[in-house]
Amino acid sequence: MELLVAIIIGVLTCCAVFLILRARTFAVMLGLTMLSYAVNLFIFSSGGLKIGVGAVLNATEEYADPLPQALVLTAIVIGFAMTAFLVVLSIRARADLGNDHVDGKLPVAKNTRQGASS
Amino acid sequence: MNHLIILPIIWPLLVALLTLLPPFDRSLLLRRYLSVGGSVVLLVFSVLLAIQSTNSPAQLYQLGNWAAPFGISLLLDQVSSLMLCLTAVLAVASSLYASSGEDEGGFFFHSLLHFQLMGINGAFLTADLFNLFVFFEVLLIASYSLLIHGGGKAKTKAAVHYVILNLVGSALFLFALALIYGASGTLNMLDLGTKVATLSDTQLQLLQAAVALLLVVFGLKAAVMPLHFWLGSAYSSVTPAVAALFAIMTKVGIYSLLRVFAMVLQDAGFVASWVFPVLWWTGLLTIVMGVLGVLASEDLRKMASYLVVVSVGTLVAMLSLGTPESVQALLYYLVHSTLATAALFLLADLIAHQRGKAGDRLVNGRKIVQPVLLGSAFIVVALSIVGMPPFSGFIGKLLLLQAVPQGHAMLWYWSALLGSSLLLLIALSRAGSILFWQVAGADTEARMAGGRRGTALVLLVLASPLLSLFAGPLTDWCQAAAVQLQTIVNLSPGAL
Repeated sequence: MELLVAIIIGVLTCCAVFLILRARTFAVMLGLTMLSYAVNLFIFSSGGLKIGVGAVLNATEEYADPLPQALVLTAIVIGFAMTAFLVVLSIRARADLGNDHVDGKLPVAKNTRQGASS
Repeated sequence: MNHLIILPIIWPLLVALLTLLPPFDRSLLLRRYLSVGGSVVLLVFSVLLAIQSTNSPAQLYQLGNWAAPFGISLLLDQVSSLMLCLTAVLAVASSLYASSGEDEGGFFFHSLLHFQLMGINGAFLTADLFNLFVFFEVLLIASYSLLIHGGGKAKTKAAVHYVILNLVGSALFLFALALIYGASGTLNMLDLGTKVATLSDTQLQLLQAAVALLLVVFGLKAAVMPLHFWLGSAYSSVTPAVAALFAIMTKVGIYSLLRVFAMVLQDAGFVASWVFPVLWWTGLLTIVMGVLGVLASEDLRKMASYLVVVSVGTLVAMLSLGTPESVQALLYYLVHSTLATAALFLLADLIAHQRGKAGDRLVNGRKIVQPVLLGSAFIVVALSIVGMPPFSGFIGKLLLLQAVPQGHAMLWYWSALLGSSLLLLIALSRAGSILFWQVAGADTEARMAGGRRGTALVLLVLASPLLSLFAGPLTDWCQAAAVQLQTIVNLSPGAL
């Protein structure tokens, strides 16, 4: 199970990094969302992985570490709020700057740039 | 338990919420009174806490009265109370300056300002790493909104970069926290400090991975090379009152580095073997990059932004020495550089509004309407930043130079600091002579710097001579703070 969770977190993070390095705000936003999923899984697994045990004392013989579960809730809420903010900001940037490139201007193709500078 | 400790967090929250309620939501004037008044009261609380923390052991405040490693603790020592006072001074100046018209750009300005103060104060007070993350997010989301306050293309463009970078930073911070929890089973700073010595080799390796991530996160907040590229456009496009408050934001990163590496993990072997060398070289390179930015700046606000980068580099390199003398010098220089750069941001705005279309760009412009007030303020701030006597920069840089041990560290640090001072002297005197002496065109009817704007400026500018006038007691105080910082971990939570 550890291997499976590790692979899932790794694949999520890889996709997230790829998307964050894109130049359009929408892809970056998707990447950040995916990164926060990877983070949440990672925090969740930091207390050790166990199957079929409760997080509350005396409910079952063995119990899972409750602290990472509390932490992951906080992280989800904060990540959700931040993503919402980024969505609004991206829409605003699209309106203000006229395009959805993260630098606010579309890159000029190479041969035309040389023509413009000369 | 001493409940005064939590007031610097609760009070800004209350003020921020009150500004949204009647009768304050109806009238901008009432909101301004509330905001400035709230900042002054915050300053009073902070000074009371500073007096309380002087010559007394560090105090812990347990939220909800839960026992130490399980509940969240707040920690009041001299270092955190110093940072609280510094924040409150900036808050007074910033809210006062904004009250002269900048806050008309949006309804929520004063609420956001106080939410931001809550986040900053919380980050300074907390003794729990996850709680530090939460307060980081509080101050960040307020700063995102303050950054685009007033709107405009430049602000939106800077905000997109700033928000995306900080969201990635937050994700890395969470990865680091999960690693720390997985390795040591605790997120309480004091508890972690005592547990480091008992960790096995595998656990230490995990902890080192976490520490590497933390370095990136705090380095991003502090704008350490190569993570400083967002700072120039963000700080120079934001409204001046907010820029003055943002002067403390990079210092939150430095403070976190100080807390984690000079207090919590000071006895861990890997800190001395690779963390401090990394901080040392990136700090020195940050100075170089900052100075290059200052020299290349085309306007005064951009120059002030890169001066922030220079001071960050100076502080981070000093931090990596890890001795009580270096922490003492760092604390004094941190106070000085924050106030001086904040003053320069306000000054740049006042100058820009009196030079017609030239603004604060370094080109010929109209004659400044109040040359005596703004000129003398510029001289004080510039000399203070460069480090000329009799102002605080001189004493700060002297302390920094003295704190470096002899040997090759001295060679690198002295040449970086003295070389950067010389280049800053050239850049600032060039800027000053262009702005004040290269005059063209007719006189203008311009916005005068009187009343609230003038008071806020004078408050920040006067800090420099005051810091050097009271340098004796202040440096002694900083020394006690440095010694206290490095002995806290050795006390058990029960003894506090």
